[in-house]
Amino acid sequence: MMAEYQTTTAAKDAPKPKGPGWSFNWVGRIGLAIMLFWGLVAFVGPWLAPHPPGEIVDWDYFGPVSGDYWMGTDYLGRDIFSRILMGARYTVGIALAAVTLACTLGVILGMIAAVAGGWFDMVLSRLLDAFNGIPSLLFGLVVVAAVGSSIPVLILTLTAIYMPGAYRFARALAVNVNTMDFVTVARARGESTRYLILQEIFPNILGPVLADLGLRFVFIVLVLSGLSFLGLGVQPPNADWGGLVRENIEGLSLGAPAVIFPSVAIASLTISVNMFIDNLPTKIRDRSE
Amino acid sequence: MPQSLLPWFLVIQRLGIALLTLIIVSFAVFFATELLPGDVAEILLGQAATPEAVAGLRAAMGLDEPALSRFIGWLAGLASGDLGTSYVNKMEIVELLSGRLRNSLQLAGVTTLVSVPIALSLGIGAAMWRGSLFDRVVTVLTISVISVPEFMVATLAVLIFAVWLDWLPALSYGADMSSLGTMLKAYAMPVITLSFVVSAQMIRMTRAAVIETINTPYVEMALLKGASRKRMVLVHALPNALGPIANAVALSLSYLVGGVIIVETIFNYPGVAKLMVDAVSTRDLPLIQSCAMIFCVSYLMLITLADLIAILSNPRLRR
Repeated sequence: MMAEYQTTTAAKDAPKPKGPGWSFNWVGRIGLAIMLFWGLVAFVGPWLAPHPPGEIVDWDYFGPVSGDYWMGTDYLGRDIFSRILMGARYTVGIALAAVTLACTLGVILGMIAAVAGGWFDMVLSRLLDAFNGIPSLLFGLVVVAAVGSSIPVLILTLTAIYMPGAYRFARALAVNVNTMDFVTVARARGESTRYLILQEIFPNILGPVLADLGLRFVFIVLVLSGLSFLGLGVQPPNADWGGLVRENIEGLSLGAPAVIFPSVAIASLTISVNMFIDNLPTKIRDRSE
Repeated sequence: MPQSLLPWFLVIQRLGIALLTLIIVSFAVFFATELLPGDVAEILLGQAATPEAVAGLRAAMGLDEPALSRFIGWLAGLASGDLGTSYVNKMEIVELLSGRLRNSLQLAGVTTLVSVPIALSLGIGAAMWRGSLFDRVVTVLTISVISVPEFMVATLAVLIFAVWLDWLPALSYGADMSSLGTMLKAYAMPVITLSFVVSAQMIRMTRAAVIETINTPYVEMALLKGASRKRMVLVHALPNALGPIANAVALSLSYLVGGVIIVETIFNYPGVAKLMVDAVSTRDLPLIQSCAMIFCVSYLMLITLADLIAILSNPRLRR
């Protein structure tokens, strides 16, 4: 029915497009579905929670899975299911904010460096390469030790850790596009640097940049969870998924299910993003190859 | 410049970049911890922080000098092996670190010995039988390990080996180290976890490196002249993939630096990373700085080594 509708209206005068399309395989679709699911949960989750996430509802700690508490209870007797729904907001929200900032900054600087070249490019590249010489979790540890942990600090730290990588990636792509004929023509026409970056280069590196954004999102979720696991991320009584694992890891030897579900939540998010970006629609993926 | 000197020129250039990086990194570590809100002397004195006492302590610790001169003094101290004293227990940091560093290096060494042979054979095997069931299983497993946090791998390892199978103790230390058997048991869990994390990266990169060589015309030629698949990979492709593989091994080992922080914390292993995480919770700045520098230097050494191998093993630069 969709197809009929399209042929009668939009695609009437245009010939049927050949080559890369928007469709992608079922692995990518499952990945996208799980991603969207967690995005939705991060948005509306707290209203769906059957129990208040911060309240002790079960007088027994490390309770088993039951009709009342779908994923058991934690070390204080709080409902794990509600806490995971609330934790999605921290994990997904912080990671999304950090990856957006990191990639926006990195891509803009990368394109400017590629187009401008010269000393600006050299100094910036050397400086950011040096930044890559610091292991990411360690950088987080040192910053949190120095300034203390809060959500803005976490977002900015994660941005600082992953911006150099985004810069390097975007710059490498932009340098390639920059030597192509249509950019030379635009430059000969006398277009401004701003026009070159926005109209000629950016549309042609967008696909790989989006895939890179997904990969960086996964890394950020992992480092954020790692920091929270060490007790340096989101602070109690709130907890993101890494924090939930930290709180409940002792329950492991008691056979409590409390630690398993937050771990599964992290894994499902990161694996689904990986599945999606490995199987992006060819229309996005093959743009500048 | 003669062609034969080109690789050495690149090596010297790479070492120069590493040195520059090291200076920038130490600068970042020093100022990240030094310019924190709150005065160190005041925090240390706590209740007894009268203005005179604070001023006296600041002078005694050299805190009243400008930050840049303290930075240079700190660097000079690092270079000569004087790391200063801990704020919390007033011990020489060198003393605190020496035993811990040996423990961490032992852990890293054992992990390397375990993971490199396993990862290389799995990676080369997956490339050799590319597209087979074996290859697909290895690929799915490595992607899963890479996409979950290190602490989850550790949690799973505890769940399987300590809780369900009851083979190994969940905590590594505190167990007695009298015989070889008990010592192996104590090391097993951290080593298993770290090996998983490091091998996953190594397998992926090794597989990619071998497949890239297999796709070259001369290897195809070997297949066409009638060499078996095994001979084609092991005799014709592998020698030329050794450079990229060694590069992959060094790069993957740099994941030890991040993994070790999590693993030592989980298993309560008395290494540098545990010391650093504890120092973070007590805000013991000189100790944090020293630990951070140890990690940065080892990380930098590994990635520089990876780059050097890549340069030196590239025959196109040797012509």
